[in-house]
Amino acid sequence: MAGIDQKKIRNFCIIAHIDHGKSTLADRIIEKTGLLTSREMQAQVLDNMELERERGITIKAQTVRIVYKAKDGEEYIFNLIDTPGHVDFNYEVSRSLAACDGAILVVDAAQGVEAQTLANVYLALDHDLDVMPVINKIDLPSADPDRVIEEIEDVIGIEATDAPRISAKIGLNIEDVLEQVVEKIPAPVGDVDAPLQALIFDSVYDSYKGVIVFCRIKEGSVKKGTNIKMMATGATAEVVEVGYFGAGQFIPCEELSAGMVGYITASLKNVKDTRVGDTITNADEPCEKPLPGYKKVQPMVYCGMYPADGAKYQDLRDALEKLQLNDAALHFEPETSIALGFGFRCGFLGLLHLEIIQERLEREYNLDLVTTAPGVVYKVHKTNGEVIELTNPSNLPEPTEIDYMEEPMVKAEIMVTSEFIGAIMDLCQERRGIYQGMEYIEETRAVLRYHLPLNEIIYDFFDALKSRSRGYASFDYEMLGYEKSELVKLDILINREEVDALSFIVFAGSAYERGRKMCEKLKDEIPRHLFEIPIQAAVGSKIIARETVKAMRKDVLAKCYGGDISRKRKLLEKQKEGKKRMRQIGNVEIPQKAFMSVLKLDEKK
Amino acid sequence: MKRNRELEIYIHIPFCVKKCAYCDFLSGPANSDRMESYVEALIREIYAHQEIGKESLVTTIFFGGGTPSILEPRQFERISVALRDVFKIKSTAEITIEANPGTVTSEKLVAYRNCGVNRISFGLQSAENEELELLGRIHTFEEFLESFRLAKDGGVININVDLISAIPKQTVKSWERTLTKVLELEPAHISAYSLIVEDGTPFAKQYGSGCPGEKDLPDEEVEREIYRRTKELLEGAGYRRYEISNYAKEGKECQHNLGYWERKQYLGLGLGAASLIDNTRYHNTVNLNDYIEHAEQLEIIQEDVQVLSKIEQMEEFIFLGLRKMEGISELEFEKQFGNTIETIYGNQLTRFLQEGLLERVNGNIRLTERGIDVSNYVFAEFL
Repeated sequence: MAGIDQKKIRNFCIIAHIDHGKSTLADRIIEKTGLLTSREMQAQVLDNMELERERGITIKAQTVRIVYKAKDGEEYIFNLIDTPGHVDFNYEVSRSLAACDGAILVVDAAQGVEAQTLANVYLALDHDLDVMPVINKIDLPSADPDRVIEEIEDVIGIEATDAPRISAKIGLNIEDVLEQVVEKIPAPVGDVDAPLQALIFDSVYDSYKGVIVFCRIKEGSVKKGTNIKMMATGATAEVVEVGYFGAGQFIPCEELSAGMVGYITASLKNVKDTRVGDTITNADEPCEKPLPGYKKVQPMVYCGMYPADGAKYQDLRDALEKLQLNDAALHFEPETSIALGFGFRCGFLGLLHLEIIQERLEREYNLDLVTTAPGVVYKVHKTNGEVIELTNPSNLPEPTEIDYMEEPMVKAEIMVTSEFIGAIMDLCQERRGIYQGMEYIEETRAVLRYHLPLNEIIYDFFDALKSRSRGYASFDYEMLGYEKSELVKLDILINREEVDALSFIVFAGSAYERGRKMCEKLKDEIPRHLFEIPIQAAVGSKIIARETVKAMRKDVLAKCYGGDISRKRKLLEKQKEGKKRMRQIGNVEIPQKAFMSVLKLDEKK
Repeated sequence: MKRNRELEIYIHIPFCVKKCAYCDFLSGPANSDRMESYVEALIREIYAHQEIGKESLVTTIFFGGGTPSILEPRQFERISVALRDVFKIKSTAEITIEANPGTVTSEKLVAYRNCGVNRISFGLQSAENEELELLGRIHTFEEFLESFRLAKDGGVININVDLISAIPKQTVKSWERTLTKVLELEPAHISAYSLIVEDGTPFAKQYGSGCPGEKDLPDEEVEREIYRRTKELLEGAGYRRYEISNYAKEGKECQHNLGYWERKQYLGLGLGAASLIDNTRYHNTVNLNDYIEHAEQLEIIQEDVQVLSKIEQMEEFIFLGLRKMEGISELEFEKQFGNTIETIYGNQLTRFLQEGLLERVNGNIRLTERGIDVSNYVFAEFL
């Protein structure tokens, strides 16, 4: 593998707004370059997690190396680095971009430029990537490529006149894209003889090989036997194997040198040692300084996860540990709840990340989970000068010990057609947004800029946005930092007993409203018992809302006919099964999903 | 199976003039060709049961549906002849046919009598014509009266009237009117079921949860009052409640249905019919074409064969037996299963006795009034 001419390498990624066809184009490129025949291809090779395919989003970065024979008669090596497609994974995206020299920007010929299109382009330009636009879905009846090209030039300010007009779905004009990759994406530059400097953009755990580090070699070279050092974590190891990415498999090679993208294995046992964004260098001949942009990823959203069956605590721990092997952003530590018993407080990059972990635990590890309401990390400034980072509402100090509290804020950009501007401004207002400005990007569309508290958007902001704009608004955000805020802990009492797992932190001005909705929701979720059950919301010792679950009056199966006892038994068994999925608190049985109620407070009944 | 073991027989006639809007039983529209092939298949199935026929003594026969009274007199006779050919039927056997008012004629009644039918169960459901229409019934109250008189005049003493409460828009007053009108006729037996909106029925679309009609269903206060008044009025008129939904004059309890609650052996004949033989439960296929084609090949039409474990038998003993107002006998439990009920279900018993949902009376355990209201809740805990 040594001796590949850097001029024949193209390292690039594809960026797009969700649903504009990023993964489909990736598939076509792989197919066109003959790495796999279309028969061998399962749709969307790069999204290879079952969940990813279901949700149509990329969660983990995927990389593939393909060989393209261009019209000039030369063979080029393409390293296509697929980036995660969700704001939860912004940092991962930025590291993947840093591993590239250029980006294909896919824009839907009907939808045009959207919020994530802009956000992604800015991110790409920040990393000095050459952005090459492609107009996709031109086979759609509503496609208007000329308008979209104009939009790209006006709004983004990049040349788009000769952008390939393609349909990834039906495989139209994919050749043009490949040719332009050769022409427009710059070849890597880097000194093969310089000390090793490689950027980690991902890593996965393999039970045979240990940690497999995905990296882009910026300078120098690495091969089997090289002693490497991670510059941020300080971990060192001897390289066992280097190689590149086939379609769904690792192909070992002699050496990786400047300009190349590939993997390294080095008997590393923990992905925590190989953080995304860190720089790998040669321990014996280190480079002067690490590549810029490294950040330690911090969880933004926390929630409690408990096994539905207390006996499965150890299984849950094992499963979390296994997931963490592949996911350095996942945090967890044991905690105990009076209501739910032993479990873990888990930290995630965002709500999507949370949902993914939750689903994987349930599907891949067959665990039945009770999850508490997710919350953000608050900073509590105590009167004694101590500052604590609050991830579990139950740990909030006594009010007398609190000087003030801070909550995380985000900078949000919302792109919306003009008829919905009012509705979206109302929404942002309701969510305590602070208006920062608005720009029209064309006659009928504008970008709204807001500062919003993170805890107002982690739950259902995206859904609300979509429903209030009939699906037309798009949204992107980035972290802004902490701001002082009036926050209180809202407690829920069921049958006069406080249920710790239902407590949450809320903006003081919204406490009454949230408390009332929470009680209403729980009233619907908690089945009737033989006795009446009061449900109360309280701030401190003050009750601010109350609902009552009436006592069960009647539960009779009157009709039983023709000796069909099996059917009657099934009905009773179903009833019994329902009870198994409940948590006993005092003498009240609470369904597991009630603990997620706070997430659904804005659902229309 | 031992010789002359007692056996109940259920025969399913899955045809109706028109299916009622709330009904989720196995039935379909009547069509004379279809009915004729069905009757032939049924007779083939009956003759296939020679073996069990030789060994047993039949104590009850129940023609259910659908609408059994839709059969032509000739068809009914042919089925009866086949039954008597294959089974030994006790001379005092209770033989019931369900009849839909409006489908009964004097000719049919003669045929029933000739075949030994001594009990008729009329599906009246309500004495209010608006309610009958809403339920999608094919008859009026007046037509029912005519059928009832025909039966009575024909010498049938043992008549049951089926009623349904908690019909949309029903009030306590309209229910009382129905009960009063029925009591004037002095039937031997009254079944009072409460409407359940079953999935997949036209009613579910109209009155199911979240549908606009849901608010028309009587609220639980009304339903409770209906329950209370039913008991009051019927007991006042000399009927005894012997099962959650069934009332009878002394000695007129439905022996066939009691057999279900007491886990007696029963053989179901016809489409979808369920059986309990030697602690094995199964039912016939619910596919009419398959049934007609294979009726005499018992192993082909019998489905969901389930051999009950001892635990399942105990569970059934409790959740079926408790439907009877007299409850279950502690002694009988011990006799059948070799353990006291206390050792197996001690926790549940203690709890429900304490909560006042069960009570102990004369060696029996039975539901209290409150227990009847929440009987499913009680039963589920024994599974």
